[in-house]
Amino acid sequence: MAQAVMKPGTARGPVSGTAKPREGRKRKPLLVDLYGTAVGKKYAMAISGIALLGFVLFHMIGNLKMYLGASDLNHYAHFLEKLLYPILPEKVMLWILRFGLIAMVLVHIHAAYTLTVLNRKARPVKYQSARDYQVASFASRSMRYTGVIVLAFVVWHLLDLTFGTVNSYTGTKDAEGLKDVYGAVVYTFDRVPVAIFYIIANIALGVHLFHGVWSLFQSLGWNNPRFNKWRQALATSFAAVIVVGNVSFPVAVMAGIVG
Amino acid sequence: MSHHLSNLTLKVWRQSGPDNSGHFESYTIDSISDEASFLEMLDVLNETLIGENKEPVTFDHDCREGICGTCSLMINGRAHGPERATTTCQLHMRKFKSGDEIVIEPWRAQAFPIVKDLMVDRSAFDRIIESGGFITAPTGGAPDANLISIPKPVADAAMDAAQCIGCGACVAACPNGAANLFTAAKITHLNVLPQGQAERYKRVEAMVETMDEYFGSCTNHGECEAACPKEISIDVIALMNKDYRAAKFKNRKELSRN
Repeated sequence: MAQAVMKPGTARGPVSGTAKPREGRKRKPLLVDLYGTAVGKKYAMAISGIALLGFVLFHMIGNLKMYLGASDLNHYAHFLEKLLYPILPEKVMLWILRFGLIAMVLVHIHAAYTLTVLNRKARPVKYQSARDYQVASFASRSMRYTGVIVLAFVVWHLLDLTFGTVNSYTGTKDAEGLKDVYGAVVYTFDRVPVAIFYIIANIALGVHLFHGVWSLFQSLGWNNPRFNKWRQALATSFAAVIVVGNVSFPVAVMAGIVG
Repeated sequence: MSHHLSNLTLKVWRQSGPDNSGHFESYTIDSISDEASFLEMLDVLNETLIGENKEPVTFDHDCREGICGTCSLMINGRAHGPERATTTCQLHMRKFKSGDEIVIEPWRAQAFPIVKDLMVDRSAFDRIIESGGFITAPTGGAPDANLISIPKPVADAAMDAAQCIGCGACVAACPNGAANLFTAAKITHLNVLPQGQAERYKRVEAMVETMDEYFGSCTNHGECEAACPKEISIDVIALMNKDYRAAKFKNRKELSRN
């Protein structure tokens, strides 16, 4: 259980010795330079997180159309495919947005992974007795696990309702000749295990947001005594709105309200 | 009228050197005054060990009045023990009960290698300070007092941050072994004051990047703030993050700042 003194030549410098002159350090391109430190990576986490929050919110709001009926939801899905049409061909704007989201997901995951590795290295020998945490919440301690659950869910969700790999109904046309998204949603939630997976994944997402939305203010340095008390309240209500909205869909299908 | 605690069991981390493996060793304190400080209790234990011709427990301590930042100890899983805003030397045995088991571990972090038993080397903090935790002031006659006017709230904010005694409880308490609270406190107490402006951006860049060589990253748990014997707020971390971004984006030639 030795906590070894750091040896020179390892990635990080020795603990004892004189400080290295910082001036001699070669400057990398601005964003690469910023991303090179943990503080910069947290900026990347926060900014990609904000982009994904926007997606999650609009995705939930869009799906609420299913309560207005099949036609409304299917027309909304068709509208997304025709974003900026006829300036751009159909689906082009949609794919631009999708590539943006994929980039944000990759940045979020890469920053999370590298920071986790850094943190593990920062304490190679764990405490040998039980820690007594004072304020660290379940949400903040489980970010990487809830994140992985959400990622697995997103992959399943795309295979289910976007590509139809695990949903034979996806792609079927409705009476108006539009993709019957409504029917696909009903088909997917009529399978109880799938509905339960959706509910669990969305609760994990809510837990992730509960810490993430608060945390991004700190990471970006948005700190002001006049609004600080609203930061956790905002995170809690944002997470609650997303979870209630998203969980309502499988529940509504299973209860027969939608279908 | 003081009372005595009896029959305390101590589980103390013993490690003979940096490269040796360590283990917990159990000791019994038959009777100790509740007015004794935690370190005085360890002194009593050491007296007993020396009397028995055994190796005393090595631990860090100096001023014993809560201002030097030398004492440490993870006591029952909490940095500086169960009392909020209190260093180990200011923690008294009246916070414990007769028959308690008290587990004592050193700070654990890659940047804080164990020297012996409960003593760790915190010179990684010195590396951070050396890289920018100062102002470059010309020598000469002392300037007139109040020559530079500083608004009261600014002076208070600087003072709150400057309370940091560099004990390392923030690193010890952080689940990630991050030193953001320490570094941010040291940056803040200079960066909010007029005297600190000349080197503001160079300072934050150098100190954050030096911190990065030794410590983990902040995930905003808030454990550091809860463990800090000087109750330094994590608001200072937000200021550090903001200044670090500014340091990267500002055209410092135009600002005439290095």
